[in-house]
Amino acid sequence: MTTYFDYAATTPVDERVLEEMLPYFSEKFGNANSLYAIGRDAYRAVEGARESVAKSINAERPDEVIFTAGGTESDNTALYGILTRIAPDGGAHLIVSAFEHHAILEPAHALEKAGYELTILKPREDGHINPDDLRAAMRPNTKLVSIMHANNEIGTINDIKALAEVAHEGGALFHTDAAQTLGKIPFDVQELGVDAASFSSHKIYGPKGFGALYLKKRIPFTAYLKGGGQEFKKRSGTQNTPGAIGFAKALEIMLAEQPAEMARLAHLRDKLITGVTSALENTEATTLVEPRLPHIASLLIKGVEGEAMLLQLDNKGISVSTGSACSSGSLEPSHVLLSIGCPPEIAHGSLRVSLGRFTTEEDIDFFLEVFPPIVERLRSMSPVYARMFGSK
Amino acid sequence: MLYSEKVMEHFNNPRNVGVIEDADGVGEVGNPVCGDMMKITIKVDDTDHITDVKFQTLGCGAAIATSSIVTEMARGLTVQDAVAISKQQVADELGGLPPAKMHCSVLATDGLKVAVDDYLKRHGREPIAGEIKSSDPNFDPHGDEDHGHEHDAADHVHDNAGPDGECSVCCQQI
Repeated sequence: MTTYFDYAATTPVDERVLEEMLPYFSEKFGNANSLYAIGRDAYRAVEGARESVAKSINAERPDEVIFTAGGTESDNTALYGILTRIAPDGGAHLIVSAFEHHAILEPAHALEKAGYELTILKPREDGHINPDDLRAAMRPNTKLVSIMHANNEIGTINDIKALAEVAHEGGALFHTDAAQTLGKIPFDVQELGVDAASFSSHKIYGPKGFGALYLKKRIPFTAYLKGGGQEFKKRSGTQNTPGAIGFAKALEIMLAEQPAEMARLAHLRDKLITGVTSALENTEATTLVEPRLPHIASLLIKGVEGEAMLLQLDNKGISVSTGSACSSGSLEPSHVLLSIGCPPEIAHGSLRVSLGRFTTEEDIDFFLEVFPPIVERLRSMSPVYARMFGSK
Repeated sequence: MLYSEKVMEHFNNPRNVGVIEDADGVGEVGNPVCGDMMKITIKVDDTDHITDVKFQTLGCGAAIATSSIVTEMARGLTVQDAVAISKQQVADELGGLPPAKMHCSVLATDGLKVAVDDYLKRHGREPIAGEIKSSDPNFDPHGDEDHGHEHDAADHVHDNAGPDGECSVCCQQI
């Protein structure tokens, strides 16, 4: 029996999504660029999916939605595609937040090496990016700002509308990585005022290897993937028909279930956080400052190391994730936690429990039953817990 | 990243957990900034043989497993043989460690070395294990590193190599 608590990492494909996708693998398998019947069928399917997604995010036109092979591609495409079009020879200034996903940070660093100016904007300690701080970071040559809608590790939601306004006031375009928010909380591109946004299918019970990029009309852009000219010459490659169908269906389901799920997950999340913090001393939520995502519970368990907790929970069939360096392969603890001022020794004891469609009240109860003894045992094995916290 | 069965066994059922109250030697290594800390306590008889050894560890699966196995390996050895245990031997004894986790086995052998030297110093004898950087609680193994994207692993190893020719701090970078 397994208890999956890592929905922020990935999700199972919903059976309703799978059903919708299946015909497009081996029956309606045509290349959407071909002129004959099965090609036209595939074309209609992809364009139907595009219209559905565009409507779901309130884009003005369907061709503002470009299909990609995932959130990472969308992020890379947004940064490279926009910045290199506006300033082909470098020199323009890019601002990204310090707690972005690596799919934004890595291209940002690469662009800096290629001759663009880069500012990494820190969040406040409550886990949100402050619009005044963005304003202070803007320069006359700032052309693009990219700030994630919500953070995948700590669950805090940024005020994208206000941040986009600051960017626009300063003459820059605004992109947001919405991989963790699309479908989970309200997301309306016109209301938020963004110029571009990245989406990921496998975060919303859709297939992996698929995503989308919202690119407002007339935003300067050079295609990153060049070839046959698909996606309005913005992203070449034979269209992934089942992927598009699956993503559109997944998003449709998310929106239909959103209001109820937001309430249900927030209740379960709070039950978990309260349960853990009341059962264990020296344990706290990373941040409780709203607004936060309803499905992410980020915990700091002092005096214990994250990977050890993760493995012990895995013994019980429970899957979670941690911000500990030991589990990251790089020996650095989570850059997200460090960016909000969390000391490294505390960051090593971080745990992220993220809930989803198939999480039940019983799952929460099971976690609360199993987790405290794990922590207590690991603390009893620690050479420093008693010394650091004055109790056993 | 996969752990061997033996690593998981030692992680789930660690041997020799605890503290020897009237220890003959105490070794504390690592620091919480790294996320790994180990305390090894030993009892040594008058023929320099380790008669009892216990550990406490704050750290990941590999950290706990390597601490556990090193206490098993050290039991009954002379202090001279104990400080000769290499990180490769620890890893081999565990059926191998993922490259990123090799530094945990260094911490385990370091802890034992510091404990042995502590025992020797208490008896007015010369320490035999050499300089152990991880025993300095303020030592930041990444302090002299360039955290940028072009970290030169070869230079780092060269700068930090111990007497066995390997970086005693984070040899997983090789």
